[in-house]
Amino acid sequence: MNNLLPLIRNECIKILKKKRFYVILLILAVLVPMFTYAQMRIAERSQDKFNSDWRLEVQQQITDNQNSLSSDRIPEEWKSYRRIFVQQLQYYLDHDVNPNEPSGVTFTREFLDNSVTLFIPLLIMAVASDLVSGERTTGTIKMLLTRPVKRWRVLFSKMTALIMFVSLIVLSTFLVSYLISGLAFGYRGFNVPVFTGFQIGGDTVNMSTVHAVPQWKYILMQCGLIWFVSIVVALLAFMVSVLVRSTAASIVVMMATLIAGTILTNMASAWTTAKYLFMVNLGLTGYLAGTPSPIEGMTLPFSMAVLGTWGLISVIISFTVFTKRDILN
Amino acid sequence: MNNEYGSTAKVVLSVSNVRKKIAHKWIIDDVSFDVREGEIFGFLGPNGAGKTTTIRMLVDLIRPSAGTITVCGYNVNRHPEKALQFVGSIVENPEVYTYLTGWENLQHFARMQPGVDEARIAEVVEIVRLDQRIHDKVRTYSLGMRQRLGIAQALLGRPRLLILDEPTNGLDPKGIKELREFIRQLADEGLAVFVSSHLLSEIQLLCDRVAIISKGRVLAVGGVDELVSRNSPYVLWNVEPYDKGRELLAARNGINITDPADVSLDDTVIAGMGTNSVITIMEDELIPEIVAMLVAAGIEVRGVHKINPTLEQLFLKLTEGETIE
Repeated sequence: MNNLLPLIRNECIKILKKKRFYVILLILAVLVPMFTYAQMRIAERSQDKFNSDWRLEVQQQITDNQNSLSSDRIPEEWKSYRRIFVQQLQYYLDHDVNPNEPSGVTFTREFLDNSVTLFIPLLIMAVASDLVSGERTTGTIKMLLTRPVKRWRVLFSKMTALIMFVSLIVLSTFLVSYLISGLAFGYRGFNVPVFTGFQIGGDTVNMSTVHAVPQWKYILMQCGLIWFVSIVVALLAFMVSVLVRSTAASIVVMMATLIAGTILTNMASAWTTAKYLFMVNLGLTGYLAGTPSPIEGMTLPFSMAVLGTWGLISVIISFTVFTKRDILN
Repeated sequence: MNNEYGSTAKVVLSVSNVRKKIAHKWIIDDVSFDVREGEIFGFLGPNGAGKTTTIRMLVDLIRPSAGTITVCGYNVNRHPEKALQFVGSIVENPEVYTYLTGWENLQHFARMQPGVDEARIAEVVEIVRLDQRIHDKVRTYSLGMRQRLGIAQALLGRPRLLILDEPTNGLDPKGIKELREFIRQLADEGLAVFVSSHLLSEIQLLCDRVAIISKGRVLAVGGVDELVSRNSPYVLWNVEPYDKGRELLAARNGINITDPADVSLDDTVIAGMGTNSVITIMEDELIPEIVAMLVAAGIEVRGVHKINPTLEQLFLKLTEGETIE
């Protein structure tokens, strides 16, 4: 262990000096204000329309969704999604809780929900995709592997540094989003109740397990799930970067799979075996909010098991390939 | 250059019967040699002969399909963490992290081996004379400076064996000369140095012993002088009038005239040769005698150049007519 620490330090220094992490912070600092502004406009508009009575707004949402259910042009999958949505809104209304109470905390909660499947994985790829392939592209891998250190230690130190930075990225996404949106919506709202525990079966929502948690607790659970998703994505990107020689190829491979994931989530409800693919399982936070899963039969433990298996397999492949492979160029 | 490279010096690197198959082709086919303490060992061969593949096997970047490589008694492929403690190397170009400073690069590699502290880093920086620029980003370094940083990196762990792959690539003549002196100095301090090159002249100027490799096989291992002296040098004659001079040279015993097209000469030689030159293969002891003969026959001798045999010529001799390609 004592000679792993200097190696991990090396890897952290390299990630920092390559300025990848600062780029990620910069992207967040540019994009979050944009989303905040968009959210502000929405809030303003509904304020005009409903005289800042959120009950009216929610009631309107319920009516809109119910009306669309009678339309023939809407596919059956969407209808069942809307039926569930209506039931949830009704639950909030019945319990006199505003589901969209505008605050920095609520914004952050929604931002995290929306960014877990694509945005955060993309940020993670910025670090993970060139950890190994970058050393091969520049040839520094030869210097790295001709030192008296076993190869698995080199790879292990890279992986540890990666996991540290992934955690840091998740944390900074939360912090940047909270701090920036707080400027517009205020920093309060940690104790607002949020309902979780909706059990979805077919078209109906089983409300018996629904309970309210304070928003801070909800965000904590969210961040935990996002962290788990992020680690799995990072390990997969890491494996690709071990397998592929160039960083560009490594990024393209991961991007393509992630985007394929979002496309599949929208259309694969008929193809049930797709639920074993990692990319349709990334929306873990949806289980907290009670959004219907993209494919029938997916539950939180199921998705976590699928992701965990993919992560584990990529770790095994990374180590096997990296310790055995000839470095030919 | 009075190194003892008899059987008394300790063997640092031992390569025995190493073979490597890549994509169903034997890239390296039975390579064996020993490198001893305090000697500069040349590894000579044309591009594509398997020099770099062999070097990569010496430092565990590639695993041999058969055979063993040991450094100071440790098997490189089985116990790299032990064997590589004794090895400093630059494989191909000195690739270091360009986004770090020279000093940060050295710190990075120092953390990967035991017993290298800041004082040692300062020491190697001094040795390669990079102290002026060591805290600048490597991105701003010239190729020569990167080369020196690479050597500093290789020397960090006080190695017993230094492996340099085509170390003079990209260096200017002054840099080459400095590097040569530097390597000699290291060898005199007891380091074993393994240098690869495709230039015979470089090996001749630098090395004590040499292994000649072609198509993945070692053709010969021996003292540099011993191998090189097996060959007669080229002698270039610049004579006036050309035709008569050429006739006389051709008639003399012990002189073979060759066509310039058959000989691969250095560009500098070709540029300085002029048009009226006769290229001969002959023993150099004959030169004074021939000059006298030409002068006596009323021919002006404008210049006589002795050119050392090229690698190609050496190959022709060793492979008896089989060409390199």
